[in-house]
Amino acid sequence: METAITILTGLFFATSIYLMLSRHIIRILLGVAILGNAVNLTIFTNGRITREAPPIIPDHAAVPEGVIANPLPQALVLTAIVISFSFFAFLLVLVFRSYQEIGTDDTDEMREAEPRDEPAPPLGY
Amino acid sequence: MTFYALFVPFIAALFAPALTRVFKHNAAWILALAPAGLFVHYLGYVEGVSQGERFTGGYPWIPSFNVNFSWLVDGLSLTFALLITGIGTLIVLYSGGYLKGHRHQGRFFSFILMFMGSMQGLVLSDSFLMLFVFWELTSITSFLLIGFNHAAERSRRAALQALVVTGLGGLSLLAGLLLIRNITGLSELSLLLSSGDLLRDSPFFIAAFVLVLGGAFTKSAQFPFHFWLPNAMEAPTPVSAYLHSATMVKAGVYLLMRLNPVMGDTVAWETVLPVFGGATLIAGTLLAMRQTDLKLMLAYTTMASLGLLVMLTGFGTEKAIEGAVLYLISHSMFKGGLFMVAGNVDHESGTRDISKVSGLRRAMPITFAAALLAAFSMGGLPPFFGFLAKEEIYAGLAFGDTWSVVFTIVAIVGNGLMFAIGFAVALKPFLGRKVVAPKDVHEGPVLLVAGPAVLALGGLVSALFSGAFHDWFSSPMASAVTGHAAEVTITVVPHVGLPLYLSLATIALGIASYVAIAPVRTAMASLLTGFGWGPDRGFDQVIAGIVRLSGAVTRFIQNGRLEAYITVTFVLMVLAILVPMGIAGEWPSMPAFPHLFFYEWAVILIAAIGLFAVIMAKDRLTAIVSLGVQGFAVAVLFMLMGAPDLSFTQFMVETLSVVILALAMTRLRLSPQDHRAPVQRVFDGAIALAAGGAFTLLLLRVLEVDLDMSLTEFFNTYSLQVAHGRNIVNVILVDFRGIDTFGEIAVVMVSGLAILALIRVLPKRSRSALTEPPAPPPEAARTAEAIHAEVREAN
Repeated sequence: METAITILTGLFFATSIYLMLSRHIIRILLGVAILGNAVNLTIFTNGRITREAPPIIPDHAAVPEGVIANPLPQALVLTAIVISFSFFAFLLVLVFRSYQEIGTDDTDEMREAEPRDEPAPPLGY
Repeated sequence: MTFYALFVPFIAALFAPALTRVFKHNAAWILALAPAGLFVHYLGYVEGVSQGERFTGGYPWIPSFNVNFSWLVDGLSLTFALLITGIGTLIVLYSGGYLKGHRHQGRFFSFILMFMGSMQGLVLSDSFLMLFVFWELTSITSFLLIGFNHAAERSRRAALQALVVTGLGGLSLLAGLLLIRNITGLSELSLLLSSGDLLRDSPFFIAAFVLVLGGAFTKSAQFPFHFWLPNAMEAPTPVSAYLHSATMVKAGVYLLMRLNPVMGDTVAWETVLPVFGGATLIAGTLLAMRQTDLKLMLAYTTMASLGLLVMLTGFGTEKAIEGAVLYLISHSMFKGGLFMVAGNVDHESGTRDISKVSGLRRAMPITFAAALLAAFSMGGLPPFFGFLAKEEIYAGLAFGDTWSVVFTIVAIVGNGLMFAIGFAVALKPFLGRKVVAPKDVHEGPVLLVAGPAVLALGGLVSALFSGAFHDWFSSPMASAVTGHAAEVTITVVPHVGLPLYLSLATIALGIASYVAIAPVRTAMASLLTGFGWGPDRGFDQVIAGIVRLSGAVTRFIQNGRLEAYITVTFVLMVLAILVPMGIAGEWPSMPAFPHLFFYEWAVILIAAIGLFAVIMAKDRLTAIVSLGVQGFAVAVLFMLMGAPDLSFTQFMVETLSVVILALAMTRLRLSPQDHRAPVQRVFDGAIALAAGGAFTLLLLRVLEVDLDMSLTEFFNTYSLQVAHGRNIVNVILVDFRGIDTFGEIAVVMVSGLAILALIRVLPKRSRSALTEPPAPPPEAARTAEAIHAEVREAN
């Protein structure tokens, strides 16, 4: 199980990085969304994988019984999912607004901060 | 007491602006009390020091590194401290008059007092670290003072130049001091002075010597690092008088004198110092001859005098050291005085060009008298202190061998030319026909004439009472520099002998040069014009080169192409993962083929297909749906792996993502298609696959080692017992890591606010291009909060 998930995680990373290497902002956005999943799977797998036994204490016991999934990475991933979602939402709006303002979806054309023909720094004192 | 004395100038600097606001330029009288009080304080040491005592004190500073905050008062540091505080008092008063009415006079007082504190600390420091710190502080305060008139580009350039040159020298000095500490294990000058052999016998002696010289030569403007000193004349005249003639530039000489007992008496010391000093002396006087600006003439002779001092310090005879000591004291007095004279001429007549100003003798009699007295001392005429210095110099240099003859001739030429320049400064503006000056010329107020008058008279009085003066100051200082008891005995009564004949030769040369100053100036000017290039222009070229280089590097690295940044980031990331694994040989072993249920295979396959479809998507809808497919597949995977909470949240988030993405993309009319060239696709694909492979390898290796489960066991054990919850994941989130979750909610809230702000700002271009204000993002913010509500309820 772990081996398969590991390879799948690698595939998630590869896909997201390939998308982020594009110049088109929508594809970068898609890449960021997938990167969140890739990272979550990494954290999750690092805590080892067990099948189908959620970390819940049964009603009659004071501690969990039998083999259960590791709750710690789950808690971390839960936080990470929400954070990566709010980041994604923010990025989406940023893309939306920058497209409205600049009128391009090509990152090479977005040169408000780093203009293409920026003059050399002044040589005076 | 001395501990507090170290801080007095800085405290005075703190109050200077406020005092100046209240008392205007008369604040000088109050502020001068600080250096005057210190002067009196140091006079208290004179009796002890003249009897050969050495006062040290201090506190542990960084005991674990054996670094102390410690000071040392002996003949050398005491004389320097007295010069710094004594001349400092006069300079503070002089600045009161010179910058009267200047709107930043308070700031000026503050800077100059800070400099005084730094310089005082420098000469009193015993520990290397303190010495270095104060050394750098003098560079920084000098920067502030040279750039005082910061509206002028010339001032800014001069200030930066001085800072760069002396700052680099300071770094060299730091390296030298650390090396000395490493060789000897000592970090205090007072201890080092008695352990010279340890250093001299070390194989690293030459390295330490060169590094220390790097500091001393830049600070004391030795050729070829001299160029910053004339440029520093952009500073107001009190600064030139104080920092760039009487005190700061002598810090390098001080360091050499201080280290003479440690590094002296070696071939390197007695070769390098005289050669560079002599070269500086000749270069300085020749460059001074071509100037017509009073301050520049004096600046170049200061450079020449520093060269003479370095030459004498390294010459190796006791008389030469005594000559250096006497010359240093007399130079501080006459050069400080002459600078103030130049300042007075400038202040009152509006120009300091000797070809434009003349005939001021009746208008400014006191200044003229002070100038004359100072010039007599500078020219080395009896009965002035400069005469004693010159006699002693010749007594120290004049021996029969070729080496001595060469340096005797160098000294005669240097002194002769300085004689001419000294009298040119003192006579040309005052004698001759009175020219019509830009403004009505009259004698300056007492604040302006007190300084030059006192210093000029000092040159006379100290010579007349040379016996007592030597006992108190010259002999203890010479003893400290030579490292053993030395006694200076020279008096104003000329003794017939070789030094006197050499003095006469000097005076003859000086008079001849004074008469021929105009043709010499023309000759020098044409020579320098023919040469064209100098270290000063070289500095500009180096700085311009650095600016261009950094500009080119910045444009290369920050080229504004996002894909380049991302490529570099991920290539480095792959290397950061794989290279350490390769070096440590920590590759994972080949994993066994996984045995999964068919539905698990199916989910994994669906996820992979979703990913592939996102990449290949030709239109918006496919891309969005495919993104949803991989997200839901992950949710199902979480479900299968015993994480229902994650699965639930993932379903929510993926649904929302798909919805808002669809809303946004229909409005944007963006094509999700790939526009990359095939070569580029292969390249990017290779990077992506390498990164994916690297993560897979890393994960496989991580899974091979044992996992520390103690934290998990803690949560399992105490989840019900302490936090009264049966769902351990939720207990961790809202209880054990409650503050963390609170932070997370804050992040969601902040991004919600940011989204709101972005939406509310009106587009620059017309909003009519879009049908209506976009709805999705506020929804996104709300739903993010909703998820949290879910999480909390779930518990």
